Amino acid sequence: MSQISIKGVKKSYLKTPVIHGVDVEIEAGEFVVILGPSGCGKSTLLRMIAGLEDITAGEIAIGGKVVNQLEPRERGCAMVFQNYALYPHMTVRQNIGYSLKVAKVPRVERDARVMKVAQSVSLETFLDRRPGELSGGQRQRVAMARAMVREPKVFLFDEPFSNLDAKLRVAMRAEVRRLHRDLGVTSVFVTHDQTEAMTLADKLIIMNAGNVEQIGKPTEVYNNPASRFVADFIGSPAMNLFEGEFDADGHFVHGQGGKMNVSQLNGVRQPGKKVVLGVRPESVRRTHAETHGAIAAVVDYVEELGASRLIHADANGSRIVALDTDTAEIKSGTRVHLSLEADALHLFSVENGRRIAH
Amino acid sequence: MIERSPVFDFLTYLAMAIGAFLVVIPFWITLVAGSQSLQEVSQVPISLMPSSHLWENLSAAWARADLGPKMLNSLIVAVGVTVGKITLASLSAFAIVFFNFRGRMISFWLIFITLMLPLEVRIVPTYAIAANALLPFQVILDTLGISWLVNAVSGIQVTLNWNLLNSYTGLILPLVATATGTFLYRQFFMTIPDELVEASKMDGARPIEFFFDVLLPLSRTNMLALATIMFVSSWNQYLWPLLITTDRANFGTVVMQLKALIPAQNGTPDWNVTMAGALIIMLPPLLVVAFMQRWFVRGLISRDK
Repeated sequence: MSQISIKGVKKSYLKTPVIHGVDVEIEAGEFVVILGPSGCGKSTLLRMIAGLEDITAGEIAIGGKVVNQLEPRERGCAMVFQNYALYPHMTVRQNIGYSLKVAKVPRVERDARVMKVAQSVSLETFLDRRPGELSGGQRQRVAMARAMVREPKVFLFDEPFSNLDAKLRVAMRAEVRRLHRDLGVTSVFVTHDQTEAMTLADKLIIMNAGNVEQIGKPTEVYNNPASRFVADFIGSPAMNLFEGEFDADGHFVHGQGGKMNVSQLNGVRQPGKKVVLGVRPESVRRTHAETHGAIAAVVDYVEELGASRLIHADANGSRIVALDTDTAEIKSGTRVHLSLEADALHLFSVENGRRIAH
Repeated sequence: MIERSPVFDFLTYLAMAIGAFLVVIPFWITLVAGSQSLQEVSQVPISLMPSSHLWENLSAAWARADLGPKMLNSLIVAVGVTVGKITLASLSAFAIVFFNFRGRMISFWLIFITLMLPLEVRIVPTYAIAANALLPFQVILDTLGISWLVNAVSGIQVTLNWNLLNSYTGLILPLVATATGTFLYRQFFMTIPDELVEASKMDGARPIEFFFDVLLPLSRTNMLALATIMFVSSWNQYLWPLLITTDRANFGTVVMQLKALIPAQNGTPDWNVTMAGALIIMLPPLLVVAFMQRWFVRGLISRDK
């Protein structure tokens, strides 16, 4: 178990900067997920921790020791790769035990440790097979066993489940969670799948275009997104975002003159200033015309989800999505009235996308 | 392109049959002539049916060309060259593909352009080096004035000399450098996914361990394919052994001995013995190809991963 401290880390390829300075403290034993769209630099950051990429500027310390100049093998990290990266010519046993063989661990001890790890991921019956004879999920378990057998200080996961089907992914997620609970090893997990991120993380790091957008607990990130990007990226279906401004009466004017009564934003209303108003679909309720502050909208189409449904509607030129649990059937073209939950409104600056506190 | 029609099938088979015939007929004539007696082989037109004297012709050729020790020489040279080429080719391709050093592309292209410089083209300088392998160093020392300095200070005349003529080293070393092999290995190494390299780094393997534990086992079929080509080509070397061995009796190879089997201008025209000798000499490469064929084809065509 080791804490990882990342200070002012930058990365450029030739002259092109891809990571613009990242500062993160990861506590010992914490499970941290780095989440972001593809190309945001999350894998590069992970690979810099692993030692597979040079660090252009800044400092990474593992367990209090600066590792910038250390080879991957000297850093005490183990990594699970997206495409498993198993040695195709070795059996499962040899694959798992290879790091021990390289470290000249005596054969008897090596076999015992391989067996123990294999049991913990239920692979003990596959030890003499080659990776080519295994399914995707089994291969990923071998990759995890290979990382575990070294008893590393840090686990690094580079989008390990993106090649698995949805059901297997859920099962593997639970397995990773269980392993982390049992072993308590500091883990850094990179993914672009927000469900994976939300369910696994103790701490979430949201990255975008080489910058850290927000660091926090999953619920914190979900309930208080620090920027328009995070608000849009986290949550499925995505948050409703309206660009507009407050008029002199304190109404929020959006789209083609649509008005919303948002009295709860009293403190920050500045008439004439462009802002972005955000509200999650589950905080948009279907209501009656006479409700105070109800927004009239025309249903465009309805996505049936089984227990609930998503109503995509048009409110004066602005698209609005509502998560509806009412069982009454609703057709496209119908006129509905929607209300926004009072404490679920988010306000972001148009210029820099940062959250405006209220 | 797969097309199925009787006419097309017929044409394909015809083309293959003609090809096979053209390839096999010289071997057949050698075999037939090698099995005939002196009278039979001198008939015009020659008979294309084998006769019964194969065994006595084989022993006559074996004795006349002193094939026993020469076979051993050829084997030592061919195996030496093959092993040397594979070692050198895999190591140089390893350096070129997996290490990011300055001048790596230059190194690759320098190796690559030697494809255009076969031994025959550079035979004179190669001979000069073989006659004294330390000659380049002598030249450097002379040009820099170091040998003069040593002579002036200590009175010792610096003359470096390492003669490779009439030695296995001389027969093998100049043939060991191979652009073809390096290129083949390079192409194979480039198909190895980066993740595998990184996984081995994370597992704590040093480059040399990665080379022996991962790369070599994965390139086994490649290696066998390369070995087959290299063995046959070095067994068939004629010009270089001819040039570098003045001591035929001790360092001659079988291919050089083919000439000794050809009847003298005014001697007995016993071509049957010559052909029997040729049969013996071409047997080892034939056996190697037959034995390695499966690997050979796999190594050059598919990538079993």
